[in-house]
Order: sequence, then structure tokens, then C-alpha cells
Amino acid sequence: MDKFTNLTGTAVPMPLTNIDTDMMVPKQFLKTIKRTGMGKIMFFDARYNEDGSEIPEFVLNQAQYRDAKIIVAGDNFGCGSSREHAPWALLDFGVRCLISTSFADIFSNNCSKNGILLITLPKDVVDDLMQDANQAATLTVDLETQTITRPDGRTVSFETDDSRRHNLLNGIDDIAVTMKQEKAIDRHEARQRTDWPWI
Amino acid sequence: MAAPRTLFDKIWDDHLVEMNDDGTALVYIDRHLVHEVTSPQAFEGLRMNGRTVRRTDGTLCVPDHNVPTTPDRFDHIEDEDSRLQLETLDKNAEEFDLPYISMEDTRQGIVHIIGPEQGFTLPGTTVVCGDSHSATHGAFGALAFGIGTSEVEHVLATQTLRMARPKNMRIHVEGDLPPGVTAKDLILNIIGHTGTAGGTGHVIEYTGKAVRDLSMEGRMTLCNMTIEGGARAGLVAPDQTTYDYVMGRPMAPKGGTWEQALTYWQSLPSDDGAKYDKELTINAAEIVPQITWGTSPEDVIPITGTIPDPADTADEGRRAALERSLEYMGLKAGDKIAGAKVDMVFIGSCTNGRIEDMRAAAEIAKGRHVADGVVALVVPGSGLVKHQAEEEGLDVIFTEAGFEWREPGCSMCIAMNPDKVPAGQRCASTSNRNFEGRQGKGGRSHLVSPAMAAAAAVAGHLTDVRDL
Repeated sequence: MDKFTNLTGTAVPMPLTNIDTDMMVPKQFLKTIKRTGMGKIMFFDARYNEDGSEIPEFVLNQAQYRDAKIIVAGDNFGCGSSREHAPWALLDFGVRCLISTSFADIFSNNCSKNGILLITLPKDVVDDLMQDANQAATLTVDLETQTITRPDGRTVSFETDDSRRHNLLNGIDDIAVTMKQEKAIDRHEARQRTDWPWI
Repeated sequence: MAAPRTLFDKIWDDHLVEMNDDGTALVYIDRHLVHEVTSPQAFEGLRMNGRTVRRTDGTLCVPDHNVPTTPDRFDHIEDEDSRLQLETLDKNAEEFDLPYISMEDTRQGIVHIIGPEQGFTLPGTTVVCGDSHSATHGAFGALAFGIGTSEVEHVLATQTLRMARPKNMRIHVEGDLPPGVTAKDLILNIIGHTGTAGGTGHVIEYTGKAVRDLSMEGRMTLCNMTIEGGARAGLVAPDQTTYDYVMGRPMAPKGGTWEQALTYWQSLPSDDGAKYDKELTINAAEIVPQITWGTSPEDVIPITGTIPDPADTADEGRRAALERSLEYMGLKAGDKIAGAKVDMVFIGSCTNGRIEDMRAAAEIAKGRHVADGVVALVVPGSGLVKHQAEEEGLDVIFTEAGFEWREPGCSMCIAMNPDKVPAGQRCASTSNRNFEGRQGKGGRSHLVSPAMAAAAAVAGHLTDVRDL
């Protein structure tokens, strides 16, 4: 996965609460056996008409948001299905950072495995950043210093969990790390054979 | 003396391989269920890195999301992408030498139904699947949760996951569920209380008389929708009901090993005085049949209730979501939910596709007929459920009453297969998600119990099953 150190880009507002992963990647696009090419179908039903033309009101179809890199979202973003197609679509579209009051657990894990930074902040701070996003403002997110710089130069601090920050900053592949702990896994399996032989 | 522990604490402790330097834990995964939708990219990842599957005996593959539910599926699957995804699972199971229940196998069905049926799901184990409804298996006192495709690859390669320890939450359901009120109504009611984010970061243990009194099928329904309340896992402590269900299943322990397993399982229930980070008590006796009116599972009301007014909600984002829901669902604030005309009825899914669900729906269908203009599908959750239902003559009851009796699969719950709710049509559904487009683009879903769904089918509109 790609490293995440800092990011400067347009923020797009998605204030709706409970935006689910079905909305992000509708079921018909889950039939792929690849990870790529999903940016153009992200939020498909909200973004396109039946005939394939764009719905101009949808935020990602507006000129100032076409290259958005940051989403400022409503509460409980990413709830529902475990489909990792949702973060794959975000990445493919170019979004690498989301800001909200809360994210659903599985979505949050999936993002961390794909180099996408999720920032959780109190409601009043998210509301301020939502105002910036409404203006299609440029935000700068720095993961080293854990700050967001707003267009007027003011900064907002955020916290991330240590392990996720470390993995994002270094672009770490989890499987390779775990494979180095093979001896500990062997030990657990040996215990399983004596204590829980039915497993 | 050691501090009292919860059921979750005990399972966690016995699966902790080691603590990682970064404060996360490396957790051993005993059971990994794999289906065709969330696995192709994981197997591709293994191939690209020259990795193999660590425990083929801890893995079980079955196709379910894409399979059509009509008998012609055995000849040809029309949708090319669905076919490719199903063929990819066939090939991956063969290449990596994994236990596989193919579409042609009589045991085939929804992954969360066959795990328990085969005795693959056992108390005190860790169970994962690339599907959020993995929470179902928590009914056995197993720590079970959904994962993404990267984590599927991680489990295939290492039989472990790196994760932060979730918190303990308890939902205590005291008293008895009234007649006509089921596990489905209970979980919908709970989500109405907690909201869809109320369980985020937690594992929820369900306790209390109403939970104890549920059958394994009911407990699975309850745990299944735990994810709709934001918690990745739900748990019910194992007891005699659990052991009676597990005993004799093909992959369950036998003989002396059974006795050894039983002794261990009996040590799992939460200790007296164990601490929970969050607690909620529900009075079962107050629950009436539940129904969702909107496009989030938390948009739930009693069938006797009226559709809420978004104007009563202070939060702007939430109010916008409610307004959007009303428009999408074609409903008006202040109207009674009962009486809304339905076009379709779906009885099935990993939430309500088990034998007890088939029986509950058949009891309502018996001697009645599906209303004119309503299409009603009954889709057993597995080949074994289908077989059992046919032994009991339920298929005859359904077909005589005008319901369609189908082959097992996820069907209209996800609409990745040919079963869909057309745009603008209203569906009473026993599935788990009423999200926009979930059952088909523009389809309007109302989540209900199997008996309520059957009642809607015969009445032609949403109705209180207790009035029939």
C-alpha cells in the first residue's frame, strides 16, 4: 500500500448521516474480480441518470469537486456491508482522507489497509470543516504532526491510533509483518492441539 | 483470584497469539468462511506474493451471493460477471486445496447458514468471513465478525488478524416476548434504541430470559443484525440449547473430544460481576411487531405506529437523511405504516432463511392466498433447510398459497443475482438492510419478521400479523 504522509487537496462536503457502502458501490459492481477502475462508478446511483448522463446536482459532478481528495462526511460514514470495494473506489477516484464524527468499524479497517486516512473529530470541528468543504476549500492534512490546515491558515489537531499512523506513514503490508511472527502462531497452534483438539 | 471476565474476554484471551509492539493484538482465527464476492482479490494477492493458505482445514468455501435461485441455474447462468465470479471461486478452491461446497452440492446455501449446519461454527471459536453478517455465528458463543478483502487475504495467509481489542457491551432483555413477536422484532427494536452507530467499537453480549428462551435459529437472527447496530460482533453464551443444536453435526467434535469440548464450552459464560463498558436493558414484554419505514435499519417503528416527521429532528445531517428516506420510500410523515400496499414479498436471507423462519411463514400462508398483484418469494437459506421444509410439506403450503418456492441463495437480500425489487415497488422483506437500492435500484424495502412478511403477502399491504 502507498504511504500517507501529507495531503493537500479540495475537500468535498457529504453531510448526510449513515452513508453506507451500498451507496458508495452498488451491488452490480461487486462482481468484479479486480481492485481497480471503481472511481468512475463510486456513488453510482446518486451520480448518474438511467441513460448514463451525470446528475448535475450531485456534489462530485460539480466542477469544483471533480478532483476532490478529502471528504468531510456526516456521522457513521461507511456503515453496512464489509465490501472493500468502497475504499478501492475512493482510492481510484483520488480520495485519500475522510473526516467525520464517526466511521463504521469494518469500513475503518478496510481504509487503513488501503492507505486511506480517517480522521474522527468532535461535531463542532467537523461542522467548521464542512463549511470549508462547502466553499470547495483546499485543506492540508499532515499525518506526522496530526494537523489539518484550513484555508485561513488556522490549524486543527487530530489524533490517530499509533498502529494505524505507523502503518500509513510507512506504507506497511500487514501480511509481511505478521509472517515474521510465525513462531508465535506455531506456539498457539501447538496449544490448540492439546487444549482444544476439536478446532 | 483473577478478575471476573465476560464471555468475550475469555474467547479473546484464548485466541491472543501475542500483543504487537504497536499496541494491537495478533488474534488467532479458527474458522474462515469464504464466498465468491469478497475473495477473488484476496486469492489474487496470495498468488502475486507466492503465498499459500495456512490452515486449509480451518477454511470453508461456498458460493451464495451470485447464485440464481431458479432451477435453471444448474444449466446456465446468464449474467456473465456473476458466472465469472462463481467460476473464480471454483478455481481458487481447487488451486488452494480448500474444502468447498459447490452450487451443485445439496448442502449449498448462504455461508452463514451452512457454517452452523455443518458444525463448522462452534462455541468459543473465532469465526470470520468477508461479509458483515458474519455476526450471525455469535449465536453459538463464537467471536464472529465480518472483514474486508485485505483481511480475508491476511487470514488465508496467516490464520490470524491484527486488531485492536473491542469493548464489551451488554444488552439485557428481560421478560418474555409476547405471542407473534420474534427474534427479528427484538433486534429491530434494539437497533431502534441504539441507532446504527450505537455499537461501534463494541462486541455486544445478549443476556436475559428472552434471549435464553430463543432457539438457535432465533439467536442467529438476533446476532446476525448486530452489525446494523454498528457492532461487528454479537454474542449469546452457549447453553444446553446450543449443545443440542451442535451435537451430531458433520464437523462437530465426536466421542471423547465432544466431552472435552463440552467441559470447555461450559466454562465460557460471563462470570458474575464481569464488567461491561456499556449496558442497555430492554423489556421484551413491551415489544410489538416491528417494521422499518426508511432507508436505514434504525428507521424502525412498531407496525401500529406512524411515520415520523423529520422536522422533529434537530441534527441537520440526520434530518436531511430522514427527508431523503421519506422521498425515496414514497411515504408521508404522520401516515400510519400499516396499510401501505406491497408489490413484493421476500422471505429468506441469512437473517431469516432457516427452518424455523420457513415454518413461521408457512403457518401464516396455510389456507390463505397471496393477494392479487403481489409477487412473493420464499428462498430457503440452504439445501438442507429446503430439504427439511419439503419433508414437512411446507413447500406445498407455500405453492398452494401462491408463493414461489426457490433454490437456496442470498437472493433478493442483495440482488446480485436475478432476484430484484423493481424501481418504485414496495417489498416486505425478512432481510437485514433497507438501504437505498439494496434490493434493486429504486426498490423500497421494509424489514420485518417472516410471519409479518407472509401476512403482508396475503393481505397485499403492510399489516399487523396479530390481526390475521
